[in-house]
Order: sequence, then structure tokens, then C-alpha cells
Amino acid sequence: MKSIYGLLQPDSGEMLWNGRPVRPTNPQEARRLGIGMVFQHFSLFEALTVAENIALGLENPPERRVLAKKIREVSEAYGLPLDPHREVHSLSVGERQRVEIVRCLLQDPKLLIMDEPTSVLTPQEVDRLFETLRRLAAEGCSILYISHKLHEIKALCGAATIMRGGKVVGTCDPAVETARSMAQMMIGAELRTLSRRGERGAAEAKLTVEGLSVPADGPFGTALREISFTVGAGEIFGIAGIAGNGQTELSQALAGEHRSRPSTAIRISGQPVGHLNAERRRGLGLCSVPEERNGHAAVAEMSLAANTLLSARNRMKLAPGGLIRAGLARDYAAKVIHDFGVKARGTEALAGSLSGGNLQKYVVGREMLQTPEVFIVSQPTWGVDAGAATAIHQALMTLAQNGTAVVVISQDLDELLQITDRLAVINLGRLSEARPTAGISVAEIGLLMGGLHGAEPAAAEDEKGHAVHVA
Amino acid sequence: MVWLTPLIAIALTVASGYLLFLALGLDPAETLYQFLIAPIESFYGWTELGVKAAPLILIATGLAIGFRANVWNIGAEGQLTMGAIAAGAVALAFWGHEGWWILPAMCVAGALGGLAYAAIPAFLKTRFDVSEILTSLMLTYVAALVLSILVFGPWKDPDGYNFPQTRMFTDAAVLPILVEGTRLHLGVPIALLVAVAAWFLMGRTVIGFQIRVVGQAPAAARFAGFSRKRVTWFSLLLSGALAGLAGTFEAAGPIGQLIPQLTPGYGFTAIIVAFLGRLHPIGIIAAGLVMALSYIGGENAQVSAGLPQAATGVFQGMLLFYLLAADVLVRYRLRLTAGQPKPSPKPVTVS
Repeated sequence: MKSIYGLLQPDSGEMLWNGRPVRPTNPQEARRLGIGMVFQHFSLFEALTVAENIALGLENPPERRVLAKKIREVSEAYGLPLDPHREVHSLSVGERQRVEIVRCLLQDPKLLIMDEPTSVLTPQEVDRLFETLRRLAAEGCSILYISHKLHEIKALCGAATIMRGGKVVGTCDPAVETARSMAQMMIGAELRTLSRRGERGAAEAKLTVEGLSVPADGPFGTALREISFTVGAGEIFGIAGIAGNGQTELSQALAGEHRSRPSTAIRISGQPVGHLNAERRRGLGLCSVPEERNGHAAVAEMSLAANTLLSARNRMKLAPGGLIRAGLARDYAAKVIHDFGVKARGTEALAGSLSGGNLQKYVVGREMLQTPEVFIVSQPTWGVDAGAATAIHQALMTLAQNGTAVVVISQDLDELLQITDRLAVINLGRLSEARPTAGISVAEIGLLMGGLHGAEPAAAEDEKGHAVHVA
Repeated sequence: MVWLTPLIAIALTVASGYLLFLALGLDPAETLYQFLIAPIESFYGWTELGVKAAPLILIATGLAIGFRANVWNIGAEGQLTMGAIAAGAVALAFWGHEGWWILPAMCVAGALGGLAYAAIPAFLKTRFDVSEILTSLMLTYVAALVLSILVFGPWKDPDGYNFPQTRMFTDAAVLPILVEGTRLHLGVPIALLVAVAAWFLMGRTVIGFQIRVVGQAPAAARFAGFSRKRVTWFSLLLSGALAGLAGTFEAAGPIGQLIPQLTPGYGFTAIIVAFLGRLHPIGIIAAGLVMALSYIGGENAQVSAGLPQAATGVFQGMLLFYLLAADVLVRYRLRLTAGQPKPSPKPVTVS
């Protein structure tokens, strides 16, 4: 894809564009040809506004006010609501993607390349995106859609090419194939099915959250209001929701990146921890994986060995007495790399040099090998390929089987339905009542998620707010 | 390549110096010789280099630790002055007394003086989020005026013919000389030891790791349970204490009393030293020697070639300028885009 978009130069071969061989040497040239691309990892300046970011990507940006108006028009026409004057750092992941899409649409592309666009969207948002894409296709724009979610390919695409390890392994008509047969072509082997665990009885409560409220951080943050839930030993608890409804705030409050009052609002095995920082909570057995890999779960400019020190220095005794034992850190990094099949040039490779999926495996592995009592994970498989996603899901289930209380915060509903025991939905900083995953329908969850769009009045929220559950 | 830029910068500075001297109507080769080579042709020259480099290394080591955590202490000059005042207070209080403990007490007082003065920006930064760049810089001028009040007023030498200076410190309050016939004092090896200790702190301890993580990825620091406020306090207090210690060594070493012109801008030059040394303690030792040479060479060239005093400042300024420029140009490429009305670079974030 990067070759098509002019970011990389191919060594050999040719590319025909409208029957004419072309070789774009940079993205500008590709854009002039009419090729637009929405990356899986966004290229946005966080400190600039939406309009400024879009202006930077245009050949001849119009005057600011005109541009803002155009952004509003295009975003509304395609059902991608966007405020041109908001600063990007305050946007959720889903909203940032809209910026990228609108930026491409403003250039009237003839070919739109989408790289894993739905990994951050709700079912409703996905439907809307598909509508947008179908409309674009009807208007004569070709769409090249990259995804590992095969039902999406089936729902959207007219033809599919399957790639594995940099080679084309097959072409097929997605309307004829089943998702399973395509998945097998993709992985090149029989697909491993997740072993779903049976029903379990009540277990001791490992993590108890009771009346957790956190004020909004900044004008665009989401305040958490009266969040209550309990996760028992061996249980996987899912939290679904549209991007930007308080997931980040909740995961940070649980992990200890932000303290919360009263300290009893969060308890680990009965012990109040609201006043403790992340490392003190880790000492009590709570490990976490934040949503952002680079710069949050790992320091990009540091080696994988050094990155073990972030969260494992005390639990795995890598720095006794405050002195770093480089050898122990390397050994632990090597163990993570080996056990979780991370592709990296050894333990001295910089975290930033790993691909998104490999870094995710590394980060998840680093936390899981610490055998936590309570495990909080946000977006465990965002941007990870199908094989690795299955491996991470399996690891989460094994962890739970060994008695860990697992909380999965994700925008990927399929994932939550597949691995969780109970499920709750977060909307505008409030958490719905938790329900057993087995007895819940996608439509119901969709409705709860969509509370954002004004369907539910305050009466319903009252019920949600005071719910206290016992596993 | 990043390690090469200081050398490129030094080479460019020397080349520009050549042109500068030519423009001033001096013999450029001879002036450069007086500036850069003559000062270190003798053993005595090397000891002088050490004497000048010691305060620079001491201060720059502290500053570099803060810079790694994105804490920008620009006011080491003021902390140095306050440290010298505190040490001077001890020396004057026990003027004429004997006792091995006077000198250590001065060092402690000097370090505490600089530390306390750096605590002001640290408090304002962590409590009210006031830029430490501004507060620490402005406090520098306050410190210089406090020193003036003291040496023009209550602390003035009663037998000093009304010159603005304190009494010369007595023997128990003066750093011992290491080599007879030179000014090489005990502060020089201490500065080197501090740099090595800082190397260990930054490379091998969790505290150093914490400082680097806070500087490189604040969100990851929160995830790891590191507190940005604690690191801000730690690095400001540490750099303040080291600057105060440097002030103590100046007052108790080569100067031997308090005078209004206690420092030729060591606190500011140390910022250049920290960057020239790539914020690495061992690099800082080398960079400290280079900058010390520019001080001594500047004086030498004033005497022998009639170079104006400002030339030293110009030299140091050019060095920092070339260093920063080389740093940028090593990482980015300039491309002339003739014929294109509006180059629009593709935005790339490195986050």
C-alpha cells in the first residue's frame, strides 16, 4: 500500500493507473493522481486543530474559514460529524479517523485506500462508514479496503485478494466464500478455535469498584460518574462503548495513573487502593495494558529490555535496591519475546522499531507473565493481525482460567462477545448494568452504546448508576 | 552521526573564527593559535584548564539531568551565586578560626544555598505550573543584586580601602591546592567524581530511568508509577545544589573571597556545555574542557593579539549555534523545491 501511495519505492514491477504505467515517488504525486489513503495509524499533529491538520495535507488549502465550512459540509454529507476547530489531542481515536477520512474526501480521490478502518468503530459507526464507502463507490471512486475482519470484507467488497507474509496467496469472490474459508487462506493453516469456557459459579471478588467518580480532565475530557462493578477471580469482564465515552479515563483510574477519592472506590481483594499510584497497585497484583502502545505502554526510544523496567521492575525484581540489573531485564524481555512470539531483533531492539501488532504482543506479554491477580486491558487487539489476535485472546482466557480477574475495555464488540463472561456498556462516563454475555444480543448492546445519541432520557441512567453487582 | 555533531560544530566555529579575525584585521592563524593552542602548551596551562572547567562540569552535570526530564533550569548562575553567599557566610562567621570542619561545613552550606534557591522555581512549577525557564532565569538577577548588597554593605572588608569585597578567607576556609605552584584545587577532582556519579545514576539506577522516562514519554511515566512532580523537584534541587557547590569552590578556591564579579557566566555557559556534551556526563567532561579553553584562550588572545573581550562570548555563542544547527541538519534534509508554488509536506507525527 505504501508503494501505491508513494511512500516506498518498489524495487521491481510496474503499476498501471488508468492503463498508464505510473511510479509515484512521494505521496504528493500519488495525491495528484487521485489516490487517497487513510492509515491505520494516524498522521495527525496533536497540538493543531482539525482544520489545520487537514490544511497541511492539501496541495492548495483554501482560506481558513472556507476550509472550515467545506469540512463541515463534507463531514455532514457523509455522516462523519466533525468540529473543524477542535484540537486533535482532545479527539477520541474514532474521531481522529474521521479527520483522516475527511482529509482524503476533500481531495476528490479516484482511489481511496483504507487500512483497517473499523478497528475503532462501533457496529453503528461501521454501518455508517460502509454507507459512506458504498456511496463513494457509487459515485465512481474505487475503494481498496484492507481488513482482517472477514465478515466486513464479505459485507462490503466485490473482490478480495488475500496476502500472507508479503505475497499474494489467492484471489476470491467474498460473496461466495465463507469467512472461515478465507481465514484459512489467510493464516495458511487450519484456524484454531477458541475454547470457550463453561459457566462457572460465584467466585471471590478480586476487583470491586463502587461509586467511582472522576472529574473531566480538560474541556474535552469525559467525567466518570458513579461507576460500580465487581469482577470475580477467574472472570473476564467486558466494557464496551463508542470511542471517547470515558474508556481512557476509566482504564487510567483503575490502573492508578490517576488517583481517585474516596480510596474505597476501588478495592483489590477488599483492600482500598484509590489513593495508590500505578506501581503501588501493581504491588497488590493489579497489572494493566493501556490503549496507546507507543509512549504510554512503552517508551519508543528505549530498548525492549529497558521497557521491562516500566512495569516489571518490582514485581519481577529486576532492580533490587533501586539498582537496575541489566542482565535480569534482558532475560525477562527475552522470555516475553519467546513466550508471546514477538518478532523483534532481540532484546536491544527499540520498542518504536516494532510493528504495532508485535509491540502489542510484547506489552501484553510483559504484563501477563507477571501473573497478575487483576488484569486491566484496553483494546487488546487493536491493529493486530488475525493470528496474533487469536493468540492474545487465548492468553487472556488462560489467564482467567488460572484465577485472574480480567477486565477488557474494547471498542471491538466481536472480541468482547467472544471472550467475556459478563459485559457492561460505558456511555458518557456512566456504566450500564452488567449482563452475562451469553444472554445478550448485539442489538441490545448497540442500543446501550447509542445512548449517546439522545435515545435514552435520564430515568434510565438512574437505574444504571446505582447498580452494584456480585460475581 | 549524532555523536559527530559536536565535532562538526567545533570545526565550523574555528573556521568562522578565522574569518572573524581576518575581518578584524588581525593575523587569523596567529590569533587562533593564541586562542586555542597557546593556553595548553604547558602543564600550568592544563591545570588552569581544569580550574576553569571544574565549575562548568559540575553545573552542566546537574543541568543535564534536568534537561533529560524536560526540566529547564536556566538559572544555575543565580544558584551558584547563592551557594557562594551561603558558603561565604560560614567562612566569614568563622574567620580566623582553625578547624578541619570549616571547609566541609562551607560545602554543605553552599550546596544547601543553591538547593534552596532552586526550590523557588520548583515550588512555582509544581504548585502553579509556572515556567521554570522564566522564574529560574529572573532569579539569577536577584541573586546578583543580593550579592552586591552584601559585599557593598555589611560584609565589606573593614580593611579593604572601601573596595566592594569581603575579607580574604582564612586558611581553614580555602580549598587545598593539589599541585604546588598552580591553582589546581580539590574542587577539580570532585567535579570529575560528580560527573562519574551522575553517569552511574542515569545509567544504572531506577531514579535515572525514571528521569529519562518522564522526559521522553510522560504518559509512560504515569503508567510506570513515576511522578512528574517528584522528578521536577529532584532535578531542580540537584542541579541547584551542584551549582551552589560550584559557587562554593569558586569562592573558596581561585578567588578566596566574595566579590561582585564572582563568575564569568559559568551558570549560563554550563547550558552550552550540557548540550555540547550530549547531556551525557562523560561528554560533559570533554565539553567542559573545550569551553574552559574558550575562556582562557579569550583572555590570552586579549593580551597577546588585542582581541576584544566580546570575542569569547561570540565564540561560545557560535559554538552553541552551530551545534543546534548541525543537530537539526543531521536529522533533516534541506530540499530546494524550485518550480513548486507551495510545497506542502505530508504531516508526520513521531508519537
